[in-house]
Amino acid sequence: MTLAEGTQLVSFGVLTLTTIVAALGVVLLENIVYSAFLLGGVFISIAGMYLLLNADFVAAAQILVYVGAVNVLILFAIMLVNKREPLAPLKNGWIRRGLTALVCFGLFALLGVVSISTPWSVLPEAPNVGDTALRLGQHFFSDFLLPFELASVLLLIAMIGAIVLARREFVTSSAVDGDDNLIFRLPERPREPIAPEPVESK
Amino acid sequence: MLQLEYFLLLAAALFCIGIYGLITSRNAVRVLMSIELLLNAVNLNLMAFSNYLDADVKGQVFSVFVITIAAAEAAVGLAIVLAIYRNRDTIDMEQFNLLKW
Repeated sequence: MTLAEGTQLVSFGVLTLTTIVAALGVVLLENIVYSAFLLGGVFISIAGMYLLLNADFVAAAQILVYVGAVNVLILFAIMLVNKREPLAPLKNGWIRRGLTALVCFGLFALLGVVSISTPWSVLPEAPNVGDTALRLGQHFFSDFLLPFELASVLLLIAMIGAIVLARREFVTSSAVDGDDNLIFRLPERPREPIAPEPVESK
Repeated sequence: MLQLEYFLLLAAALFCIGIYGLITSRNAVRVLMSIELLLNAVNLNLMAFSNYLDADVKGQVFSVFVITIAAAEAAVGLAIVLAIYRNRDTIDMEQFNLLKW
């Protein structure tokens, strides 16, 4: 075993450990803020895995998009929905959890058996594709052009949809005149689903 | 030497943890986090296949698309969670039974 292979193996072991432990923490911890930060740990570990798999551009994109955008978005959502409600315990809740754990273990065993027993036609050595960003760009603008453009349209739709869904529809009229700081201290007001109250004209 | 199977097993474990969290979580934000775990597991699979089986970078192209979709999904999903929270004043998944008959 050369030094490079040993380094790869040790990095893989460390990254696997952090990924699995952090993912279990995301799912099992009570405090959701800890879960959100551990989710960032999972994303960074996965980015390290991408580096091990010779995908430097996607590793950088993973860190930028997931840690920089998605994780921050989740933290903002936790801050906006800061309700510490004691969840009423379900009856037979442990049966549900146990059954789910059983199914998940079964799924893991199935996937593991499949991935071990399949004779993969692995390439004799890792392909040297050169600059991966260059190759990705060539693919995006030749044979994957239509999905690439559709992805940009989808991002635009998602952005507009998120704004429309999440914005506050109206502000109480008493808050508009009066002191300016009151509007920031207003509680989130539930939207009436059926008949909104008529807005009185000033 | 790292084998393809190592990465596949890790991705399978991550996927199963994500499924467990998706089904058992009662906080709606945690459900969205579990979905992100699932998408990451799939991405890891794509990347491993791209490195070990394909002499090109097609798997990485797919993985970039999955990252794009995941970002869009997170934005819309969290907006929906906020809208539901304003309407129902809770984020307990067990009480989101508007469409249940």
